[in-house]
Amino acid sequence: MCNSGSCDLIAHAHAAGLNENTMNAASADPVILSFTVFVLAIFVGYHVVWNVTPALHTPLMSVTNAISSIIIVGAIIASGPVEMNLATVLGLIAVGLASVNIFGGFMVTQRMLAMFKKRS
Amino acid sequence: MTELAYLVAAILVILALKGLSSPESARRGNMFGMLGMGIAVLVTLQMSGIENYTWILVAIATGGLIGGVAAKKVPMTDMPQMVAFMHSLVGLAAVCIAVSAFSNPVAYGIAAADGMMHLASRIELFLGTFIGAITFTASLVAFGKLQGLLSGSPLTFKGQHFLNLALGIIMIGAGVLFCVDQSATAFFLMLAVAMVLGVLLIVPIGGADMPVIVSMLNSYSGWAAAGIGFTLGNNMLIIAGALVGSSGAILSYIMCKAMNRSLFNVLLGGFGSDVSAASGGAVIGERPVKSGSAEDAAFLLTNARSVIIIPGYGLAVARAQHALKELVEVLQAKGVKVRFGIHPVAGRMPGHMNVLLAEADVPYDIVEEMDEINPEFSDTDVALIIGANDVVNPAAKTDSSSPIYGMPILEATKAAHILVVKRSLSVGYAGLDNDLFYMDKTMMIFDDAKKACEAMLHAIE
Repeated sequence: MCNSGSCDLIAHAHAAGLNENTMNAASADPVILSFTVFVLAIFVGYHVVWNVTPALHTPLMSVTNAISSIIIVGAIIASGPVEMNLATVLGLIAVGLASVNIFGGFMVTQRMLAMFKKRS
Repeated sequence: MTELAYLVAAILVILALKGLSSPESARRGNMFGMLGMGIAVLVTLQMSGIENYTWILVAIATGGLIGGVAAKKVPMTDMPQMVAFMHSLVGLAAVCIAVSAFSNPVAYGIAAADGMMHLASRIELFLGTFIGAITFTASLVAFGKLQGLLSGSPLTFKGQHFLNLALGIIMIGAGVLFCVDQSATAFFLMLAVAMVLGVLLIVPIGGADMPVIVSMLNSYSGWAAAGIGFTLGNNMLIIAGALVGSSGAILSYIMCKAMNRSLFNVLLGGFGSDVSAASGGAVIGERPVKSGSAEDAAFLLTNARSVIIIPGYGLAVARAQHALKELVEVLQAKGVKVRFGIHPVAGRMPGHMNVLLAEADVPYDIVEEMDEINPEFSDTDVALIIGANDVVNPAAKTDSSSPIYGMPILEATKAAHILVVKRSLSVGYAGLDNDLFYMDKTMMIFDDAKKACEAMLHAIE
């Protein structure tokens, strides 16, 4: 279910009777890879956000609200299987909650940004 | 293929944030953000193992409808609570996903066939769960305070910090236990304690500190998303979560700096609880002030070459933005140069005052930030202060014994004349008297902000 392909790699490695250490030698540990992406994204965020004009800090918050609702990706994965059980029901609830934020966040940001006008 | 699409989506999301460097590029940036989100959702829907389409679409449509209606209806003064509420939804969604992953780890590919999760996955799940749970309840309390459902004044009690510390240790202890043996008891104990902790962390924090708290919870909601991203090994979640997390952290830093307080100091709470005690009521009112009528103020304003208006949250409370905007237009028509000076903590959340002015059709190019406007005061005829107090208090610069000493302020005292619209001589959030009110060049107009603006407008016309 993990989509990065690296999980398949682990599965194959296990199937082939390799232990995780020998696999790490061949390709990087998926946790380390995730962590690399995480740290680099923080750097990007740091530099981009310092350039946001203070006048738009409220729209920044509402849009980051919508963006953090990207958690819907995890929710969709959780609710993927047709069989209904605790796992899928919780996933569906999360899909609903995240959708409130995605639509609400982007639309209210759009509404605010439309108000900012220059002197006519 | 999925990974490449996620990369495109991540870049679009970064462009959405980058666009916010100016109002012109921001609208296009927001479109990029929506496009990126759309791509991420569509790509996820076509992944293998996603088959429950009907119910997923029902959930998206229901949530989307609620969100859309809320976005259309929310008054701009209520933006802080809307944002706080949305943070709590992110936290709750993270908790739902975490419990879902815990109840069926094999389906997520984070456990061996016998249901035992990998150690790394247990650690990631632990982090994602408790950050999500704290975000959920803490944001809910912040929402309650901002919405007025809960008292805005700080709730403090003896042993509060000790209790929080003890709960924090229990939470981490249970989390470690979960990481060791994947115990369900430890997992749910950790989840429950995290939720209680979220409530206890916010109750001692007063209304005036809410800009910091809302920013901080913004940051938490990002870290919660990133935590779930680690659990699922999903780069899109990790990138978006990290962007939001660092954005919220920067905003918290900016807000703390604007109040000259450390984040630690804000989190300890209790600030502003002793409003009446800080400066005895007897002292206030005994010093002579010069008060005037709206007509006197109108005379000063129309004869000025340049005016700087300093709005505070009192302006929004009195719903005076539109009357003020009309006053500005009349003055501009008479050849007066009018600008606004905005303190970073002028509203209830970062940038709130700018949105409130924009809503009243005040053009954004006459609205200046504190650092831009401060050098201009010495060359300004009239500083018009409406509904603001602490942010113009000269004690922040001159009185090293003042609690707000060191806080950056708008230097209205340098203007040739000062007009203050205020209902009474009552103290601001910091509970301090303000020397600016007693200066020779200051004239107080004791009235409600909206009535005063309308009266000044009427007097000029």
